[in-house]
Parts: sequence; C-alpha cells; structure tokens
Amino acid sequence: MNEAVHPHDAHGHNDDHHEEGAHGSFGSYMIGFGLSVILTAIPFWLVMSGYLGDRQLTAFVIMAFAAVQVVVHMIYFLHMNTRIEGGWSFMAMMLTLVLVVITLSGSMWVMYHLNNNMMPHEQMNMDATQEMRVMHNMSEMP
Amino acid sequence: MSSATATAHREERAYHLPEEPHLHEGHSTMLGFWMYLMSDCLIFAILFATYAVLGGNYAGGPGPKDLFDLNLIALNTAMLLFSSITYGFAMLAMEKDRVSATQGWLLITLLFGGAFLFIELYEFSHLIHEGAGPTRSAFLSSFFTLVGTHGLHVTFGSIWLITLMVQVARKGLITANKRRLLCLSMFWHFLDVIWIGVFTFVYLMGMLR
Repeated sequence: MNEAVHPHDAHGHNDDHHEEGAHGSFGSYMIGFGLSVILTAIPFWLVMSGYLGDRQLTAFVIMAFAAVQVVVHMIYFLHMNTRIEGGWSFMAMMLTLVLVVITLSGSMWVMYHLNNNMMPHEQMNMDATQEMRVMHNMSEMP
Repeated sequence: MSSATATAHREERAYHLPEEPHLHEGHSTMLGFWMYLMSDCLIFAILFATYAVLGGNYAGGPGPKDLFDLNLIALNTAMLLFSSITYGFAMLAMEKDRVSATQGWLLITLLFGGAFLFIELYEFSHLIHEGAGPTRSAFLSSFFTLVGTHGLHVTFGSIWLITLMVQVARKGLITANKRRLLCLSMFWHFLDVIWIGVFTFVYLMGMLR
C-alpha cells in the first residue's frame, strides 16, 4: 500500500540507521530454523535412545546443545549483535546473563550444600547417603 | 574575583537541554522492550533456580520418569519452533509491505501457538487427573509454576497476536503497527528461547534423573 511512497527502496528507512541490521533475511531465518531443528532433535534422540549410556555425560551434552541453541536463536531470530541500539541491547543482555548465572549457580550451590549437611537421604548425593546412613532415621521427620 | 566568575557560571548552568531532541516516535521502543524481556528473563531464572532446588523433592510421589511423555514434549517443541519460523516469515512479509501475506503468516503462527497451548493444557490436565497436581510435591509445585508461567506468557502473546491482527486489518501496516509487530516478534522468539531451557532442564534432564 506504500508503493507510491517507496517505489524502489523496500525498507524506506535509510535514515533510521539504528534499525538497520535488526531484521533478518529469508536465508538467515532458514539457517536459524535448520540449526534449531538439528540442535533440538539431537538432545531428544540422545535421551530417548540412551545412546551415550552414561547419564552424566548425556546431561552435559544436552546442556551444551541447549546453550548453543540459545545463541543460535539470539543471532538468527532475535537478531542480536553488539551494534544494534548502540550496543545497549547487548550490554543489557550481558548484565542479565551475569545475574542469571549468579542466581542459578548460587541457588544450586547453596542448596546442594544445605542438602548435604541436613538431608543426607537426598538422591542427589549418593556418597553422603552411605556415609550417614546412621543419621537416616533422624532426617525422616515430616 | 574567582567567586564572581563562579556566580556568573552558576547563572549560566542549565539542567535541561535548551531544546528537546527531535527523536522520531518510538525511537526507543525496541530498546525499552528488550529491557522488559531481560527483566522477564530474570523471572524465569528465579523459577528455574526454584525448580533446580526443589525438582528432586518428590515427597514419596511420582517423579519425572513416571509422568513425562517425551513424544508429547517433542511435538510441543516442534509446534513452538514452527511458530517461531512462521513469525519470522510474517516479519519478512511485513518488511515488503505485503499486508495479506503478513496476516496469513501471523494466522499460521497463532495456530501453532494455539496447538502448543492445547498440548500443554492436555499434559497438565492429564497430570492432575493422575493425582500429580501442583499440590502433590515440591517437585510438582515448582514444575507447574515454571512451565505454567511460560504457558501463560504464550497465552498472552497469542492474545497480543490476535489484537495486532485486528489492528493490521483495520489500519494496515502503518509505522506504529510495524513497531508493535516487531516487539511481539521479540517476545515470541524470546519465549522460544525460554522453552529451550524448559525442555532441556525440566523434561530431558528429568528423564535422566
């Protein structure tokens, strides 16, 4: 409907340089989609088939796949880079990432040690279960 | 002498720009919306942390292996991934000012989003019927909170999508509508990013416990 206004320049926002590069092309969307399908299918297959055998190794591998897929989505779908909005989007994302890492790792670290010291029958720490079997009854309190 | 210059300076000092900068409407919307998404990301980080801490507390009830059906989750993941790429196609059509193509892709996105919600609600109702509702154990409480919050986001995203389709139908692809569609695009892709975390940490890792 804006054909008359922008006969040739499909974007028509050469002056809006801050929006430049914020959009993808058909090719970049398809690359992102293809990578996402692969990066989703492999973890599902690994878990459903139990191909790697070792559970910890499988868990580590699927976490790595998830991390890569998040980056793929950021680049190909959210068009994130270090330049858009003068780098402020990237800055905000990095701050969020730092906070997320602190929240997640901190929570798990603290609560793991709390479980270690107070609830020896947790499945998470098999070693502690055997060492502290004596204390087992004490922790069975509702 | 020096105090005299200081007073003169004080009078000249201005705490606002003499003239408002001429920025076009909505010039900061994208950055502002990105900030919102980042704060939303922190909400999910906390819910993930809660799940990480409480996810092993079954209270003698069913665990992930007894409850989750990975085929269903794979289907759900596919629905959300398809909706992401179709929203991308809607954005490409929007850049070319093709109204009907944009509307068509938005409708397909809405259908995929609706399918995702339908499957998720089916899963939830199935769990609750099996007696594995959010009140059963800390694991299930944190599971329903995390996955439910994501589902709620998709629900509101779908409502937003319908609203924008009505807007585009009434006003066409005007600058304001394009801006809104770009915001929803970020929101929608962001929800897909969160879902990567959900299916990896909750469902796949749950089956490995």
